[in-house]
Amino acid sequence: MDKKIGVFICDGCDIAKSLDTAKLVELANNDPEVAHCQTYPACCSPESLATIRSQVNDNELNRVVIAACSERVFTDEFNFGNEIPVDRTNLRERVAWCHEPNDEDTQMLAEDYIRMGLAKVKNMAPPEPFMEDTSKEIMVVGGGVSGMTAAKAAADAGYQVTLVEKEPQLGGWARKWPKVFPKNPPYVDLEDSGYQDLIREVEKHPKITIHCSTTVKRTKGQPGMFEVDLQNGNGGAHLKIGSIIQATGWRPYDAKKLTHLGYGASPDVITNVQMEEMAAAGAIKRPSDGQTPKRVAFIQCAGSRDQDHLPYCSAVCCRVSLKQAKYVREQLPDTDVYILYKDIRSPQQFENFYAAAQDDEKIFLTKGEVDSVTSNGNGPIAVELSETLFGKNIRVEADLLVLATGMVPSTKVDEVPAPPPLAEGEGVESAESTTELPVIQDEGVMEDGKRAAAGAEKGAKILNLSYRQGTDLPTLKYGFPDSHFICFPYETRRTGIYATGATRAPMDLASSANDASGAAMKAIQAVESIARGEAVHPRAGDMTYPEFFMQRCTQCKRCTEECPFGTLDEDEKGTPLPNPLRCRRCGICMGSCPERIISFKNYNVGMMSAIIKAIDVPDEFEEKPRVLVFACENDAGPTIDMVGLKRLKYNSMVRIVPLRCLGSMNVIWINDALASGFDGVILLGCKKGDDYQCHFVKGSELASYRMDNVREKLTQLVLEEDRVELHEISMMEYERIPAIMDEFLETVERVGYNPYKDM
Amino acid sequence: MNQPDASAIPGSTGDSLSADLLVVGGGIAGMTAALEAAEAGKTVILVEREASLGGRVVSSNQYFPKLCPPTCGLEINLKRIKANPRVSVFTLAEIEGISGEAGNWSVTIKQKPRYVNMRCTACGECEPACEIEVDDPANFGLSKRKAIHLPHLVAYPFRYVVDPEHASDPRMKACVDACPYDAIELDMQPTTVSATVTGIVWATGWRPYDATKLTNLAFGQAPNVITNVMMERLASRTGPTEGKIQRPSDQKAIAKIGFVQCAGSRDENHLPYCSAICCLASMKQATYVREQYPDAEIHLFYIDVRSPGRMEDFYEKVKADEKIHFHRGKVGKITEGSNGNVILHAENTVTGEMKETEVDMAVLATGMVPNTDIDPPPVETPRDDYGFLAPNGSGIIGAGTVMRPYDVASSVQDATGAALRALNAAGGR
Repeated sequence: MDKKIGVFICDGCDIAKSLDTAKLVELANNDPEVAHCQTYPACCSPESLATIRSQVNDNELNRVVIAACSERVFTDEFNFGNEIPVDRTNLRERVAWCHEPNDEDTQMLAEDYIRMGLAKVKNMAPPEPFMEDTSKEIMVVGGGVSGMTAAKAAADAGYQVTLVEKEPQLGGWARKWPKVFPKNPPYVDLEDSGYQDLIREVEKHPKITIHCSTTVKRTKGQPGMFEVDLQNGNGGAHLKIGSIIQATGWRPYDAKKLTHLGYGASPDVITNVQMEEMAAAGAIKRPSDGQTPKRVAFIQCAGSRDQDHLPYCSAVCCRVSLKQAKYVREQLPDTDVYILYKDIRSPQQFENFYAAAQDDEKIFLTKGEVDSVTSNGNGPIAVELSETLFGKNIRVEADLLVLATGMVPSTKVDEVPAPPPLAEGEGVESAESTTELPVIQDEGVMEDGKRAAAGAEKGAKILNLSYRQGTDLPTLKYGFPDSHFICFPYETRRTGIYATGATRAPMDLASSANDASGAAMKAIQAVESIARGEAVHPRAGDMTYPEFFMQRCTQCKRCTEECPFGTLDEDEKGTPLPNPLRCRRCGICMGSCPERIISFKNYNVGMMSAIIKAIDVPDEFEEKPRVLVFACENDAGPTIDMVGLKRLKYNSMVRIVPLRCLGSMNVIWINDALASGFDGVILLGCKKGDDYQCHFVKGSELASYRMDNVREKLTQLVLEEDRVELHEISMMEYERIPAIMDEFLETVERVGYNPYKDM
Repeated sequence: MNQPDASAIPGSTGDSLSADLLVVGGGIAGMTAALEAAEAGKTVILVEREASLGGRVVSSNQYFPKLCPPTCGLEINLKRIKANPRVSVFTLAEIEGISGEAGNWSVTIKQKPRYVNMRCTACGECEPACEIEVDDPANFGLSKRKAIHLPHLVAYPFRYVVDPEHASDPRMKACVDACPYDAIELDMQPTTVSATVTGIVWATGWRPYDATKLTNLAFGQAPNVITNVMMERLASRTGPTEGKIQRPSDQKAIAKIGFVQCAGSRDENHLPYCSAICCLASMKQATYVREQYPDAEIHLFYIDVRSPGRMEDFYEKVKADEKIHFHRGKVGKITEGSNGNVILHAENTVTGEMKETEVDMAVLATGMVPNTDIDPPPVETPRDDYGFLAPNGSGIIGAGTVMRPYDVASSVQDATGAALRALNAAGGR
C-alpha cells in the first residue's frame, strides 16, 4: 500500500514564536510521500483535533506526524488507531522550550526532527499481533497456603486451574503450625490459620484440578501455550497451560550449620520448626529426657542477619518466637521464657502482639549478641550474651533452647560444590567465598569474551522449563526470583510465570495468602493479554513482536544469550527459535544482532538507519557539529522532556533519537552515524548494577557492555574514543542533561570534527 | 485515558457510567489496582481527590533501598494508564455515595471544578500572570507557589489547576487574559456522575501523624525540628530548596543531625502500632545527608531497627558508614539549644540516665495514619482501633496503607491482589 503521510504542525506553545513553521511545512511538502501538511494554532484544541481527524479520513492518510508536543501528553488525542502509525515529533519540549528562539540552529534542529519523524513513520507498519489458539488455564505449583489461595482466587475469577503439589496432601507448612499470630484486631490472641477450610474449598472447587504427589517434569513452549508434563505414580499428565504461579515455598535454614549456637551438641537445642511440632503434639518437653523444661530460651536471628549464613532477615521469626512463647506459657504455666534478640521486629499492628508478650511477667525479652552456647551433657544449656542493655555480659541458662532459624526460598540452589583443595599460598579469602555464598545466576563474561546465558542449567529444577537460558526462574540476591522488587514486585524474568509467597520474599502465612491473590491477578492478566495479542508489563498493550530474517542469521547466539527474558531458544546449530509470547518487546535482541535481521513492525534497524540518514550533517566549513543522542524512552526520554518543561537550555547541535531501551541500541547505528559524519554519539540509559533501574533488567548493563564493541569500531575507524559517551541518568536528574550535552560539545571541539564528514 | 465523558466509556449509556471495578484513590496502590485489573481486560473507573494521580509517592525524593526516584516507576504506570483504553480517570473527584452490594454497586462521583478546561496545554503562560501566591502545601509551606499551578512535573492529567478558594478572586482575571487557549474557566461548576460497578477497591492511603501532637519533641516550637516527610521535600530537586538540605531557620548547612525514630509510634499515647517503614526511611534520609555533606555527623536513635527481608542489606550498608551512628534509646524530649540548635534527650538504656545530644537539626520519624477517617468508605466497613480496615470487610476491598502501614512494594503487592479480591467479591467474571 502506498504511504500517504499527513504532517500536522503546531504553532502553539512557543513553537511558532521560535520557529518558522511555514518553512517546516514547505520541507514536509517536498517529500513525495507527504499527502497533506498544515499548521494549526494548537493541534490539541478540540477544533484542530476534529480537523486533523477529518483530514486523516478524507485524504485516506495512513501515516501521521504530529509535530507538536511530547508523546507523554495528549496521548489519546493523537491516537488514530493501530492501523495508522504516528510519530509525535516533539517541537515543544525538545525544541521551542529548550533552544534559542528564532535561531538558525534551532530552525535546523526542528527541520531535522521533521525529517526524522517522516523517516520513522515511513518505516513503521501497523502491528500484526501474534494470535494463536492460546490457553487461559493457570497452573499453580505448590499446594501450601500461597498456592491454594492463588488457585482459589484464579478459579473464583472463572479460570480453570491445575494445582500441583509434590506431597501426598495439600497444606504445606501450615499443617505443622497449631496456631498463627493474629491478623485480626485487637491483634493479641493466636488464631487458626484456616488452612483446613482452604483445603476443603480448593478440593471441592469445580474449576480446580488437584495433582498431589506430583512434580513438574517439563514445561515447554511459551505462555499461553505452555506444554506441561506432570509426573507422578500414575504416570502423569500432559497439559496445555496459559500461565504459571510458582508457590513452592521455603525450607528452614539448615540448623546443622549452626553449631556455634549449640545445634547438635545437645538434643535440647531445637529449631523453631521442631518447636511447632512439639507444640502441635501438646507436649513441650526436653528431647533429652522427656522432662518439662523450667526455662525455655529462644535465640533470634539464628543464622539470620548473619553474613556467614543468611545475610537477610526472615521477617517472621520474631513473631514466631513470640507465638511459641505463648505456646509455652499456655502449656507450661510455671515455665520461664527468655527471648534473646538483636531487634524485635513486629511491624504494623503486630506491635500489639509484642506489647502483650512484654506484659507477660514470665516472658523475659533480652537484647544482646550471643557470644556462646555451651551444653555439658545433661545440665542446662548456657547462653552467654554481650552488648546487652544492662551494659554487661549476661548468662542465660535454659533447659530447652529454641533456635529461631530463617527461611530459604525453594528457588535457592544450594551451595556450589566445594572446589578442589587449595594449594598452599592461595588466598584464604577465596576459600571462604565458596561457602554458603548465594549462587548468582547471572550473566558473566566467559573466557571467549561471549556472555554466559542467565542461569543456564543452574535453576532449581522445579518448573523444569525447557528454556535455553535455564530450567527455572532466574533469581536475584539470595535465590529470590524477582526482578523489580520496589515498583513492580511480581515481575519475574520469565513472562507468564509469577512467584508468590515465601518463594518471592520471606513472609508469614497471612501475608502469603495476601500475596497469592496478587500473583493470581498477574497470571490472569498474562493469559488475557496474550489472548488479545498484547505484550505484558512494562510495554503492556504493545502488539508488535520481533521478527527474524533467518536466511541471514549467522548463529552467533547473541540474541539468545542477551534476552533478559529467555525468549529465544535455539536449535542445535544455534539458530534462534523465537517464542513471541515470552517476549517483552524491549528490542534487546535487535540491539544484539550484528546481522541486523531482527525487527519489529514499528521499531527496526531499517527505521533507525533511515532516521540517522534523515539528519542533515553540515560540512566542516559550516562549523556546525552534529551529535547523535540515543536516549532510553523510559527514563532518559522523560528526563529530557523535563529540561524543556523547566525551560533549561542545551546545545542545539544534538539530535535525540528515543530507544525502547538502551539495550536495544545496535552498535551498527553508531558506526553508521560516525561514518556519515556525526561528530559524536551520546548514549543515555538507566542505572545498572545491583540497584539497577532498567525496566528490562539487563538493558542498561548490556548497553554498557556494548561500549566495548563501540570502542573497537572507533579504533577501526581511526576515531577518538571520546566520540562516544555513555551516561546513566535517572528521572529528576534533568539538570544534568544540559551539562552532559554542553560538555560533550566541548569534547567534540577539542578532538575536532569528524574527518569522515566530507567523504 | 483522560477524564472522559460518559459516552467515552465502554459499556456505558447515557450519563451513567458502568465499569467492572471502581478504584478510589489514585496513589500508588490505587493506580496499581486499576492498572492490574485493566490490563487483565476489566473496565475500571479510577477516582482521585487531588488534581493529579500519584499520591504520596510523588513527594518522596527516593525509594529505599535502591535510592531511585519514584518518578521512574510512576512514569511507567502513567504510560500504562495513558495507553489503556479501559481505565477512566477522574481527578479532583470524590465519592459522594455508594449503595448496593458487591456485584452491583451504585456510585455517585462528585467532580469538583478544576477551573481549567481540556484546552490547557500546560504552556505555563498563566503562571507569571498570576498575582496570587500561596504557601505551597506540597512543600509544607516552606515555599510559595501560584494560585494557578501545575501539580507536579509528572502530573497526570498534565494540566493546570486553580485553588478553589481563589477561583473567584478578581485578580485571577489576569490569568484568563494571559491564557492563549481559553483554557481557564473561573465559573466552572461541580458536577456529579453516577456509575454502576461490580467491585470496589478502597485505596485512599495515609497521612503523616500530626507532629504538633508531639509537644515533648518540640515540633512546631523549634523550627529546626522537622518531620521525615518534610525531609523528603528538602532533599527533592522539586522541593522548596531545590534539593539542598539545610536548616529551615537560617539555611545553615548541616554539620550534625539527629533522627528520632518512633516519634509518636509504638507509643500508647499516640500511635500504638509500628509504621514499618520509618526505620528504613530514616536510613535512606541519612544517605541524603551523607551525599550532600560528606563531613556531617548523623545520629539515629531507635528502639529496634526494623529492616525486614532483604532490606537488611540496606541497614548493613548504612550501618557500615562511619559517620552514621546508631543509638539504642528512645528520645523522650527535645529542647532548643543555642544558635538554633536542638538538643535530643534520649534515655541511656545502660544507666537509665538521660543522654543529651546537640544537633543542627532533628528529623522526627513520624508514622502513618490511615486516611479512613477523612475518606471512610460510605458503606459500613469494619475498622480496627487505629482506623485500618479489617481484612474481612463489607465487600469493599481495602488496598495499600488503608489496611496496614506499608512501604511502596508492599502497597503495590497488596493492591494487585486487592483488585482480584474485589472482582471476586463481585462474583468473578
